[in-house]
Amino acid sequence: MLLTVEDLRVSYDNIKALHGVSFRIDEGEIVCIIGANGAGKSTTLRAISRLVPVEAGTKMTFLGRDLLQYPADKVVSELGISHVPEGRRLFDNLTVMENLRLATFARKDGKAIGNDLERVFSIFRRLSERQDQKAGTLSGGEQQMLAVGRAFMSGRKIMLLDEPSMGLAPLLMMNVFDSLAEINREGTTILVVEQNARMALQFAGRGYVLENGRVVLEGRSGELLADPRVKKAYLGG
Amino acid sequence: MVIFLQNLVNALQWGSFYALIALGYSMVYSILMLFNFAHGDIFMVGAYIGFGVSIGLLALSSSGALAMPNWLILALTILFSMFLTSFVGMIVERVGYRPLRNAPRASAAITGLMIGIILETGNLILLGARRVSFPSLVETTVYNVGGVFVTNKKIMIVLVSLLLTLALHLFVRRTKWGMAMRAMAFDFAVVPLMGVPVNTMIALTFAIGSALAAAAGILFGVAYPVLDPYMGILFGWKAFVAAILGGRGSILGATLAGFLLGFTEIFVAMIFPSTLRDLIAYSIILLILTFRPHGFFGEPYSARLRL
Repeated sequence: MLLTVEDLRVSYDNIKALHGVSFRIDEGEIVCIIGANGAGKSTTLRAISRLVPVEAGTKMTFLGRDLLQYPADKVVSELGISHVPEGRRLFDNLTVMENLRLATFARKDGKAIGNDLERVFSIFRRLSERQDQKAGTLSGGEQQMLAVGRAFMSGRKIMLLDEPSMGLAPLLMMNVFDSLAEINREGTTILVVEQNARMALQFAGRGYVLENGRVVLEGRSGELLADPRVKKAYLGG
Repeated sequence: MVIFLQNLVNALQWGSFYALIALGYSMVYSILMLFNFAHGDIFMVGAYIGFGVSIGLLALSSSGALAMPNWLILALTILFSMFLTSFVGMIVERVGYRPLRNAPRASAAITGLMIGIILETGNLILLGARRVSFPSLVETTVYNVGGVFVTNKKIMIVLVSLLLTLALHLFVRRTKWGMAMRAMAFDFAVVPLMGVPVNTMIALTFAIGSALAAAAGILFGVAYPVLDPYMGILFGWKAFVAAILGGRGSILGATLAGFLLGFTEIFVAMIFPSTLRDLIAYSIILLILTFRPHGFFGEPYSARLRL
């Protein structure tokens, strides 16, 4: 088991956001978490990345190690958990190259960094043309590519993606998911949260449905796509 | 014309102090949205550390154990004091500000003022209520350039401060730590996701700002060799004004604004009675800020979200 999350509880200002979420991800899988706005999808990812404090009783392990023993930067640099945050959150004031380089801040494997950069530029050719451009000047699609590229550079055991489809035209969205599938084939496990349930379930092998901070359904993507409750609530009937 | 140039030379020296101190304010503010109101007192502590280090080095040199020329003693004093004062900055951050990282900014501002008072009174307790004289390490040489008097000290002060500013600029632009600082200034909350240890970076920022303030303190001691525990207060406030005037986090802005402040003060004093100097000089600055509230190079607003 790569990542296990057990009884994850998070509160913001005494309002419970997650009421004990549990799930597991095996190495090499693509798993999605779907749910409505406010269901707790982003909070789940933030908790794994140690950006929000979790409540007592929560257990999270990554490759058998206690995730809660690692601060946010070490989750990335020592465990290899990368996170593409909601809204991409690029450093607009830095160039494309600087955004990618910053993601390697704690890495010491200079040679591998060079190879990884080349790999990012071969997956996302548009980025290599725009290396010295400020990230703030990129189009929406290019920004999403850079956000994924940045995660690729920072740590690659698992990539957590928060709404990668957001704000993208359908064709661009397909491109991004194709690239993610390619990254997955090269060995990176993927956990994606999406409001676009159909897209997410077509992309992922398994899925979890989150409602009001709880997992209410889980299963193989095919099963979930066929489930009448999922159809009614998330796939437009 | 000669009077103008003479004042220009004086203003360059005076502005150097403001510029070096303003950089520390500006760096910390750009990353933490926090004004380190103890920074002026760190300038004072830096000057005193410089005093102690130079006395020590002079004694070492004159005892014959390790004879050094005075210029070397001054250079070593600047370097050692910058190094030592950087720890003062890091301790202030660790003890004073880090516990308040998520507290309202007013709490941190008040804490800064209190830390300043602690540093001032701490100095009084350690050294007593007397002024100390910074040892004269450089014999003043006066050059007469077409009627304008320039001293070797003034040249040295302006050059050293410009050199340090340039070094900071290169650090921020060319190194990965500088890159991380620029990223933190833009969007603090996502920086940990890049594997960047945020607390280390904040400590580094305080260390660099404090080291620059220490350099300013020693250069000040070279030009005006009387130190007192309260010397940092007014200087600190004025450098703070320079940091605001320069714009958030802008190295170029803080430097230019520091010099502009120096010029304004010196030239106001040239025309008006010197008792009115600050009143008139800072009215001018206030007027500039009315038209450019975010300073010369600051962003009009900052949309920083929390993750």
